[in-house]
Amino acid sequence: MTVVDPPEQSSGTAAVQGPSRFAAWRVGILASPAAPVYGALIGIFVIAWIVVTIKGGTFLTVPNIVNMLQRSVALGIVSAGQTMVILLGSLDLSVAWLISLASLVTATTMDGQESNVLPAILLVLALGVGFGLVNGLIITKLRVNAFIATLGTALIIQGIIQYQWNGPAGNVPTSFSQDLGYTRFGVIPMSFFLLVAVVVVIFFLLRSTRFGYRIYAVGGSEDVSKLSGLRTHRTIIGAHIVCSLTAVITGIFLAARLKAGTPTVGPDGGYDLESIAAVVLGGTALMGGRGGVVGTVGGVAILAVLDNAFNQLEFNAFLKDVVRGIIIIAAVAVYARRQEKQA
Amino acid sequence: MSTENASPGFGAEAGARGRRFLSSLMSTGTIFVLLLILWVWITILNPTFAEPGPFLAYLKRSAPLVILAAGAYFVLISGNFDLSVGALVTAMVVIAARLIDGDPSNTWPVIVLMLVVGLAVGFVNGFISTILRVPSFITTLGMLLILNGAVFLWSGGSPKGALADNFRAIGRQGIDGIPWINQLPWSVILLVIIGTACVLLMRADFGRQLIATGDNERAARLSGVRVNRVRILAFVLSGASAAVAGILLAGFGGVSAQAGLGMEFDAITACVLGGVVLGGGRGSVVAAMAGALTLEALFTWLNLQGISGALQDTIQGVIIIAAVAFASYRLRGAR
Repeated sequence: MTVVDPPEQSSGTAAVQGPSRFAAWRVGILASPAAPVYGALIGIFVIAWIVVTIKGGTFLTVPNIVNMLQRSVALGIVSAGQTMVILLGSLDLSVAWLISLASLVTATTMDGQESNVLPAILLVLALGVGFGLVNGLIITKLRVNAFIATLGTALIIQGIIQYQWNGPAGNVPTSFSQDLGYTRFGVIPMSFFLLVAVVVVIFFLLRSTRFGYRIYAVGGSEDVSKLSGLRTHRTIIGAHIVCSLTAVITGIFLAARLKAGTPTVGPDGGYDLESIAAVVLGGTALMGGRGGVVGTVGGVAILAVLDNAFNQLEFNAFLKDVVRGIIIIAAVAVYARRQEKQA
Repeated sequence: MSTENASPGFGAEAGARGRRFLSSLMSTGTIFVLLLILWVWITILNPTFAEPGPFLAYLKRSAPLVILAAGAYFVLISGNFDLSVGALVTAMVVIAARLIDGDPSNTWPVIVLMLVVGLAVGFVNGFISTILRVPSFITTLGMLLILNGAVFLWSGGSPKGALADNFRAIGRQGIDGIPWINQLPWSVILLVIIGTACVLLMRADFGRQLIATGDNERAARLSGVRVNRVRILAFVLSGASAAVAGILLAGFGGVSAQAGLGMEFDAITACVLGGVVLGGGRGSVVAAMAGALTLEALFTWLNLQGISGALQDTIQGVIIIAAVAFASYRLRGAR
């Protein structure tokens, strides 16, 4: 999979006519790297459904679905951004603390005033651009490995937060909190549209823009892209800015949900490692160059379904972690097997 | 790079060897210079630091992280990550407290059990990452979740039991009555033994094969290195180092569910500070251990500077980025 052929693309669909067109479409779907992810999702969904039903619960109730969607939003948005940088062969460990910082800045800037909502959002988005820029510059210009660079910025943000705040702070106006955090249309929460919007934007960026093609190219081989005349540094910096933006959007959403900013909301949710797990669970190669945001959505959905099933079964919180760890490893092992067979 | 990367210059002249030593010192020497600067600076701020007692106390405090960094080095140099060591250290501390339960006669069997658990977890990490081809980042991330969950499931949320005095002694006490230095802590002795063993291991066939694997897996495989076996062994060593670090830390710091929190990142940071390249194939184990000592010295320095606990993280982050940026700048210059 190189620049010319982003994976989810069912190549040559348009050119084929008649009955073979359907076949090509089907082959395209099954051959995409996202296919096993959704296979696994359906499998886990069915198993969870059966187990919950046997235990005397009902899996597909409205509150349950709302719960699953709601839980997916925060992790989904940040994972979509994480997909971008992982496709590059980079990664971002600073998102968790950035989410906390964004939630705090959102809540303290809004300070209960509705008139402050827009300025606060703009300020926090600018913050995201700033930190993404810093991450990207450290990685490209200072040539610090992304793991260390973003671990370092995570520490920096952590320090700033602990210096400035020692508990929940700020106040999100009720109307904004209701709108973004709690409004529903039928079973679909308002915030879910935010997730959809972010995913669509990133999907479009990756599939239909030069920037997206460059991300796949740099992820495939940075040296080759550079020798082919790509400005790899710009691509890397751009992807990190998008990733940080998704983190701050998650922060705004969580602030709306909790009506206040919280210093530990990011790390407590484990958004740094969890988002990376979701991306890899979604079939994106950790080394970069292969995968896509569609798979990531599947990965996030798998985690949400699991989470919900555990809650229904009243699983011990610690056992939950054990099972989750096993499932993450097992799923990725299955993908690895599949890829080996294809190769 | 001083010891490991030396090409098999059989019968090389002393002059060539000297030059090679010098050039290798130039390329990874940054960390030693930084360490020395920090030591001197700390001594200026607090002159007692250079006295044997406080200096040994500093080494004793650093021992768990240095040992973890050595373990992390093996995994990193072979081109993998081990994110599970922090959780493993916590698991060790909780297991020790629960099983020893204050009874000194349990100490040695439990220590053996801890080492076995460490080796086993390392082996499982290695097996999944190599034979099952799961990226080690994900394997060890999953292992982190599993260990954290399992330990607390078993202990019911908070650590129970107590450590026996002879168990604590390993992390706290030492050989008393030695002139001039007064007490030689067990952990420092262990540190020296493990450090020496690591250097010898990296000079042996295993070490060369490990570096070759991390540098270029295919080339290593084609030249007859059993890549998977070498990598699994690296994970096993990392698990063992976590067990030892857990033993020391439990004795030194006491039982807590947060004993190993974030230590995986500290260990990796220490290695990278020491010039180990993530992705494998480059770096020396001595420099990695010096990186851990530097990190501990940095913490001491920050305390002496009176920087508040909160901003300490920020400054640590800045310094880590700066040090790695400087090292990669030097590396580029050398090329």
